[in-house]
Amino acid sequence: MQLGRVTGTVVASVKTEGLEGIKFLVVQPLDKHQEPNGKPVIAADAVYMAGPGEMVYFVASREAAEALEPRFVPVDHAIVGIVDQVSL
Amino acid sequence: MKIGLVSGNVVSTINHPFFEGHRLMICDLISPDGEPDGYTIAVDTVDAGVGDTVLIIDEGNSARQIFGLTTGPIRAVITGIIDSIDQT
Repeated sequence: MQLGRVTGTVVASVKTEGLEGIKFLVVQPLDKHQEPNGKPVIAADAVYMAGPGEMVYFVASREAAEALEPRFVPVDHAIVGIVDQVSL
Repeated sequence: MKIGLVSGNVVSTINHPFFEGHRLMICDLISPDGEPDGYTIAVDTVDAGVGDTVLIIDEGNSARQIFGLTTGPIRAVITGIIDSIDQT
């Protein structure tokens, strides 16, 4: 899992089967010092509460497909938690 | 499996139900030749603390098996605290 900062939202009215009702957010991956690291990704919101400006952690690949119900929703990144605090 | 150095932790109250009651640690990954190799957020199973060198499984099916699950958005798990590494 990686840290990320939600920087925006994505709206798509025409979606493939299985993606109905899922919120998509633009997430900038962060390094552990919370500095931007790499290119932004579009992630599904598996906690249903994330929004722009928040720091989150997200999973990729198969784990992302398992984060949403029902199983194997066709996504490649999913937000699985909102960060309250990072201690280093 | 990977070698990591625990450098901090992440606190989160809003998260995917799987993460309830699990500690999330920020681990600096170390390549076999001792070079830094990014970081990951891993679920702790061995009460690792900041400063510990740990063994990390970074593979989803093994991680789910550790928690007795067939599904779950989990991939990186701390599975051991390393006492020493000998290389010849």
